[in-house]
Amino acid sequence: MLEYDFMQNAFAAATIVSIVSGLVGYFLVLRGQTFAGHALAHVGFTGATGAVLIGVAPLWGLTMMTVAAGIGMGMLGEQLAQRDVAIGIVLALSLGFGLLFLHFFTAYATQATALLFGNVLAVDIGTVWTLLWLGAVTVGALAVISRPLLFASLQPELAEAKGVSLRLYSVIFLAIVALAVALCVQIVGVLLVFALMVGPAAAAQRLTTGIGTGLLLSAGLALVEAWTGIALAFYTDWPCSFWITALSAGVYLIAALPRVSHGR
Amino acid sequence: MNAVEFRDVTLRLGGHNVLAGISLEIAAGEFIGVLGPNGAGKTTLMRAVLGLVPASRGSIHVLGQPAARGNPKVGYLPQVRKTAGDLRLSGWDFVAAVVEGHRLGLPFRGKAARAEVDRALDLVGARELARRALAETSGGERQRLLLAQALIGRPRLLLLDEPLINLDPRYQGDVMALAKSLQVELGITILFSAHELNPLLGALDRVLYLGRGQAALGTVDDVITEPVLSRLYGAEIDVLRVKGRIFVMSGGNDVERAAHLHEDEAAHAHDFLGASRDDA
Repeated sequence: MLEYDFMQNAFAAATIVSIVSGLVGYFLVLRGQTFAGHALAHVGFTGATGAVLIGVAPLWGLTMMTVAAGIGMGMLGEQLAQRDVAIGIVLALSLGFGLLFLHFFTAYATQATALLFGNVLAVDIGTVWTLLWLGAVTVGALAVISRPLLFASLQPELAEAKGVSLRLYSVIFLAIVALAVALCVQIVGVLLVFALMVGPAAAAQRLTTGIGTGLLLSAGLALVEAWTGIALAFYTDWPCSFWITALSAGVYLIAALPRVSHGR
Repeated sequence: MNAVEFRDVTLRLGGHNVLAGISLEIAAGEFIGVLGPNGAGKTTLMRAVLGLVPASRGSIHVLGQPAARGNPKVGYLPQVRKTAGDLRLSGWDFVAAVVEGHRLGLPFRGKAARAEVDRALDLVGARELARRALAETSGGERQRLLLAQALIGRPRLLLLDEPLINLDPRYQGDVMALAKSLQVELGITILFSAHELNPLLGALDRVLYLGRGQAALGTVDDVITEPVLSRLYGAEIDVLRVKGRIFVMSGGNDVERAAHLHEDEAAHAHDFLGASRDDA
């Protein structure tokens, strides 16, 4: 299957995105902010469709919108965390606006499906290069702040006392999550970012007790799930995003099961 | 040099005075039990020592320096609100996250950092249990790990905010004995806040009792008296001594016990703050 260019591009894109998602997702799950990832993806839909409407590549509209929303969420901080009704309404409104923009640009019905559910087999080589440098920026930024971010996530009161600004790291981290979400949408779409950002990370945290091993396993699982999903899609002709979500759920279930039987 | 010095300090939170015009001196090496009803300002006082709550009036000195965030010589065990209890992360990694945790970079540890973690774990006798996942530790064991975190950076002053909360009496005794041994072995100053006086009686040198925006610092015999506590509670208080234990009663109710039972009710703290504001 690797003799086809589109398959090579798909595997290259999946490799970049799954590593980024696995690493960022580990911190997202650790901080209990998985819903933020989901929310950012919805907001990104408006950005992507809006970009299409004004003739800009959807990836850019998506990235701008998610990063802006991520920074906004980080600034609002705990005020936002307790307002799930407000968040829900904003999310619905984002998808609604996305739909409106698509309505004005009727030629792009397939693009809508691709944005919502992903279409990794349609990724071209130019997009792969864009994903590569965006991914490098994302992982690089995460690496720089990972130590204080971990401290602030595990023991916020003590971190604050030791001079770590909780607000600052919350904002930077959500901007990083926003970039990762924008990448992730290229593979699994707006509605299914949980599959790559949360599933592998949650499974890895069930199976490991160390930070380093957890991060490696999270990225590794995301990579294997994405690759296997693409291969299965190639041989079955079923949608690739379906396979990735199925694998993500399956792996998490297997990781979680032994604990359940022990009463946890 | 005093470990903690308050000169005419007023601390305000959310628009009203939590503590008003407090002056006190805590000498290096003392074990101070910090007591008082919910909302009396025990946590706020500790956060002020950490430099997280600025004094709206007066000055606070900690180990000879003005109170400021990020003082490595001050260790802190925050009152547990968000439990990290579900994590599969090992206790060792949990403690290690604190070492130089404010610096940018990757969270992976060099040899010196690993030795620092092991030292802190040894001090609280948690070397073995730190291999286990947090989700597999008991409340008492987790309290040891939190204490180890507070000891990272070799502090000279340790602020322990309600470390006995939600612990069985059996574990309470363990944590008390451990805190006392740290004070004696390391020669450090400890501020230990609690709802009840009795578990602390064997360990404390002096008691700091807070209530209605005021504070009383002194020996148990000086502070746990009917006139002093009646002033701090704003109500008639009886102090009963039975077989070396002390009960603080108001109108036939044990006020410490009552506070303990209501500890999860934030409304209770608000009531008290409301009352102190009216008086101020």
